[in-house]
Amino acid sequence: MQTKRMTFSSRWLPYALLAPQVLITLVFFIWPASQALWQSMLRQDPFGLRTTFVWFRNFERLFDNPLYLASMKTTAIFSVATTLLAMSLSLLFAVMVNRMLRSREWYTTFLVWPYAVAPAIAGVLWWFMFNTSVGIVPYMLQGFGYDWNHRLDGTDAMILVVLAAAWKQISYNFLFFLAGLQSIPQSLIEAAAIDGASRTKRFWTIVFPLLSPTTFFLMVVNVVYAMFDTFGVIHATTEGGPAQATNILVYNVFRDGFVNGNLGASAAQSVVLMGIVVVLTVVQFRWIERRVNY
Amino acid sequence: MVENDRFGSLLAHLILILGVAAVVFPVYVAVIASTHAPGTFLQGVMPLLPGSHAIENYRTVIFEGRAQAGAPPIGLMLWNSFVMAMMVAVGKIAISLLSAFAIVYFRFRFRIFFFWVIFLTLMLPVEVRIVPTYAVVANLGLLNSYAGLSIPLIASATATFLFRQFFMTVPEEMLEAARVDGAGPMKFFKDILLPLSITNIAAMFVIMFIYGWNQYLWPLLVTNDERYYTVVMGIQRMVTGADSEPLWHLVMATVVLAALPPILVILFMQRLFVKGLVETEK
Repeated sequence: MQTKRMTFSSRWLPYALLAPQVLITLVFFIWPASQALWQSMLRQDPFGLRTTFVWFRNFERLFDNPLYLASMKTTAIFSVATTLLAMSLSLLFAVMVNRMLRSREWYTTFLVWPYAVAPAIAGVLWWFMFNTSVGIVPYMLQGFGYDWNHRLDGTDAMILVVLAAAWKQISYNFLFFLAGLQSIPQSLIEAAAIDGASRTKRFWTIVFPLLSPTTFFLMVVNVVYAMFDTFGVIHATTEGGPAQATNILVYNVFRDGFVNGNLGASAAQSVVLMGIVVVLTVVQFRWIERRVNY
Repeated sequence: MVENDRFGSLLAHLILILGVAAVVFPVYVAVIASTHAPGTFLQGVMPLLPGSHAIENYRTVIFEGRAQAGAPPIGLMLWNSFVMAMMVAVGKIAISLLSAFAIVYFRFRFRIFFFWVIFLTLMLPVEVRIVPTYAVVANLGLLNSYAGLSIPLIASATATFLFRQFFMTVPEEMLEAARVDGAGPMKFFKDILLPLSITNIAAMFVIMFIYGWNQYLWPLLVTNDERYYTVVMGIQRMVTGADSEPLWHLVMATVVLAALPPILVILFMQRLFVKGLVETEK
C-alpha cells in the first residue's frame, strides 16, 4: 500500500492521529466480535449459574434446529426476491431516464429520495398501505377477489416485506445503473445502430454486457442490504411472523439474544452471520480486482 | 440519441411516470392519512384526498404525544435523532480525516496492520454482533446517553477509505511547497488538506447524517429511557405498542416528520449526495 513519495516524519504523531479510530474499532468492533466467537462455544445452564465450554456443540445444535434452517431458507427467498425486484425495476428506470435529455434531472430527483427513508419507516409505510382494515391495497385487491391478509398468510407477509425492502433500495441501484450507463461509450451504440441493430438488440448485446460490472457490484450490495439492513423492515411490521414466515437470520439473532436470552445460540448465529459477511466481502474485493484488469 | 423514435420515447415517459407514481405513492398515502381525524379510519378504507385536521394532528404529535399509550411527544425524539445524526456524521468525518491523513502522509511501523484493523470494521455491521456490543456499551455505563447512541457507530471504514483515496490524488507539489515554507504536519493538514477536501467532507456529511438519522436497531437496544428515544425507533412503539389498532393519523404524522429531515437533505444537496454515494463505493 502506497503513501506519498514525500512524507512527514514523526515518532508519535501518526499513532496519535490513528488513536481515536483504532480505539473505537477495538472497543466496539474487534472486542465484541471476539466475544461472540468465545461465547459461541459456551453454554449456560438455565439459571445462569454455571457456564461450560462446549466446543462446537452450539453450532451443531443450530444446524440441527429446524427453525434455524427454516430461517435460512426464508432469508434466501427474501434476499433473492428483494434483490431481483429492486434491481430489475431500477435498471428499467435507469435505461429509460438515460434516453431523456431535458427531463433527466427531474426524474432523477423523484426517484432518488426514498434512499433517505429509514428501512423501519419504509416498513411502516407499506404496512399501512396493506393494512387489512384501513389499507388501500387490500381494498383494491378485494375488487379482484383476492383476500389479502398478511397477519395470517405467510406468503402475503413475505410479499409485503419484500416490497417495502425493495422500494427503499431502488434509488440506490438507480443511481449506480445510471452512472454505469453514462460511462458506456456512445460510439459503440452508434456503430451497432448503423449496422441495423434495433434498440432492444443493442441493449442486450452491448449495453447489458458492458454494464455487468455494475450489475455484479449491485448484486452483492443488495444481498448484503437484504440480509442485514432490513432488520427495521421486519421488526417494525411483521416481527418475523406469521408463524416465522418472515423470520430472517438477523431478526432471529436479535430474538434469541434479547427476547429469549439464549446467549450461546445467539452468539453462534452471530458467528455464522459474520462468516457470511466475510464471504460476501471477499467476493466484492475479487470483483474490484477483476474490474481493474478489465 | 441515435434515432428519433417518437413512440419509444412516449413509452419511456409513460413507464417513468408510472414508476415515479409508484415510488411516491406510499409517502403520499402517509401524508394524506396524517391530515384526517381519527374517526375517518373507523369507517373502513382510508380516503385519498387530504382532510382538515393536519395542524391539529401535527401539534398533538410534536408537543403532547399520546398520554394514554405512554408515547412521549415527538419534539424531543426529533431532537434526539438530530443530535445522534450530527454526532455520528461529525464524529465519523473527524476521526476518518485524521486516520486517513496518518495513513497517507506518514510512514510508520504497523501502518499496514492498522489499515487492516480499520478495514475489518467494513465487514461487520452492528446487526451481526448485537449482543456482545450491547454488553460492552452496558459495561461502560453508556446506556441511555448520547455517547452510547453515537460513539459505537462512529468507527467505520467507509469514510476513512474515501478520504484516503482523495488524499492520494492531492498533488505531491502541495506537500513539497508547504515543507519548503516550513509548515509542520498539522499546519499542512489544517491550512491545505482540509480546504481541499471540503467538497468531499460535505458529500460524506450528507451520507453519514442520513445513516445516523435512520439508525434503528442500535437506539432500540441502548435506550430504554424515553428521554433518549430517537424518532425512527419511536414509531415502532407506536405501531406495535398498543393492543388496539394504532392511531393511524398520529402514527402517520410521526412517520412524515421522521422521514422529512433526511429527505430534505437529499433534495437540497442532491449533487453532493450522489457524489458521496457513488464515491464511497469506488
